[in-house]
Amino acid sequence: MLKITDVYKTFNTGTINEKKALQGVNLHVHPGDFITIIGGNGAGKSTVLNMIAGVYMVDSGSIVLDGKDVSKYPEYKRAEYLGRVFQDPMRGTAADMEIQENLALAFRRGKKRGLGWGITKEEKALYHDALKRLDLGLEDRMTSKVGLLSGGQRQALTLLMASLKKPKVLLLDEHTAALDPKTAKKVLDLTESIIADNKLTALMVTHNMKDAIRLGNRLIMMHEGRIIYDVSGEEKKKLEVSDLLQKFEEVSGGEFANDRMMLA
Amino acid sequence: MNILMAILGAVSQGLLWAIMALGVYITFKILNFADMTCDGSFALGGCVSAVFIVSFGWNPYLSLLAAFIAGGIAGGVTGLLHTKLKIPAILSGILTMISLYSINLRIAGQANTPINTRTQGIDTIVTLITNLLPEEIRKNANTTTFVTMAIGVVFVAVCIGILYWFFGTEMGSAVRATGSNEAMIRALGVNTDRMKIIGLVLGNALVGLSGALVAQSQKVADVGMGQGTIVIGLASIVIGEVFLGKKLNFAAKLIFTVLGSILYRIVVAVVLQLGLKSSDLKMLTAIIVAIALSVPVLSKKHVD
Repeated sequence: MLKITDVYKTFNTGTINEKKALQGVNLHVHPGDFITIIGGNGAGKSTVLNMIAGVYMVDSGSIVLDGKDVSKYPEYKRAEYLGRVFQDPMRGTAADMEIQENLALAFRRGKKRGLGWGITKEEKALYHDALKRLDLGLEDRMTSKVGLLSGGQRQALTLLMASLKKPKVLLLDEHTAALDPKTAKKVLDLTESIIADNKLTALMVTHNMKDAIRLGNRLIMMHEGRIIYDVSGEEKKKLEVSDLLQKFEEVSGGEFANDRMMLA
Repeated sequence: MNILMAILGAVSQGLLWAIMALGVYITFKILNFADMTCDGSFALGGCVSAVFIVSFGWNPYLSLLAAFIAGGIAGGVTGLLHTKLKIPAILSGILTMISLYSINLRIAGQANTPINTRTQGIDTIVTLITNLLPEEIRKNANTTTFVTMAIGVVFVAVCIGILYWFFGTEMGSAVRATGSNEAMIRALGVNTDRMKIIGLVLGNALVGLSGALVAQSQKVADVGMGQGTIVIGLASIVIGEVFLGKKLNFAAKLIFTVLGSILYRIVVAVVLQLGLKSSDLKMLTAIIVAIALSVPVLSKKHVD
């Protein structure tokens, strides 16, 4: 489904701010995988997702999506394969457009946009049903501007938009980190059900180790631009937070205490 | 009577300038792009139209089409400078605008191109339509004003209709989304560079058309006629917004921009009647825009 081979990425090469963000990342994602990604600040978690999405181009290595080498594709061309939800709830939706307009934009992900109507009657019925399933009452506010929604509502909407047209891979970049705990839980539950219902392949970056263990069938830990731990199946199910902490301390030599990884 | 005719004249001019304001609305409001190109593309439209009528004897309608296309090309150049060469938005517009000054002089061959319909045996759309009217109406001194007004209403209505349609299409929605949240719409597979260029082409095409209409109605095109266009366009938009509730739909926003343009011309006509010099207008316009833009900040009730 997704194959990342020997990907290297350095930012600000040759300057005092040089940052070796990725140093040889290899990852083979199988269809139906739901992978949680953990790691300290600057470990390269978000960078991996951004490289897949084409926000940045690889320095070397390759990214193969659905059998196609997309390493040289610009971001908008890769969108055909990817659904994305960002950490910032403001980023995933257009604030001064209507809820239904946002959904219509997402419904056409990866398609040519011509001079046909931007939204049709049949679609509106489809969106109404989809919104109803979110259970946030948004189906009665389809013509409201998205800017009027709360952060949690916007994130739920973004999630729906990302899965409206089934993506090959769903990329979730700490998408609950900016929400209050109660809302975060709701959005996470929603994430789980959307992934399960649509049988999506997903990568989820998180700071919450419990979530990382509880969700998905596979867990990856990153450190200094490398994948240092990759566990799946029965072995993952048996993981405890303490195992992850120990693993982390092994590689980082105790710097973990300063990190903002959540233990809760 | 004098002031009434001045106001009617202002309304007719306001309608022709309103098409420019609609163009600025596209770039400034929809695309969120402060586009300085329009100062140049407005004069470009005027010069192209005038030269094609005077020197090449083109049909005035056809010359409008030429002005529309020329304006669009100017917008496209700004778009390419900004998206392909990564030059900041404002500077891209300024570069195109400045080069258009030279280009307009090349096109016109002189700073000032009069369209002398009486002696040269040529027509503007205003004289073409006036000539269709019966003799006794034509003799009335105010007929030209009313004909201009009618032309303005028709062009404005058609432009609003087309814009309303276009921004409801898939492509138009993508342009709007580009102005609203570029990162988001790129993640949904839209080439945002292309959308910016489309918006700039469309916006400046309208500005060029407006320049041509103004030049034909005033029977003269001047390379300096575009100076301050963007500020006048913004003035029209903000005046329109003052009278517009926040929640009205897209068509209403366009209509109120047109009303803003008309109101602006009326204000100008009135202050001129009150004794202000026409050379004071630029500052007056700037003050109007500055006040209108600062009202939300000063009242501190502004919610985005």
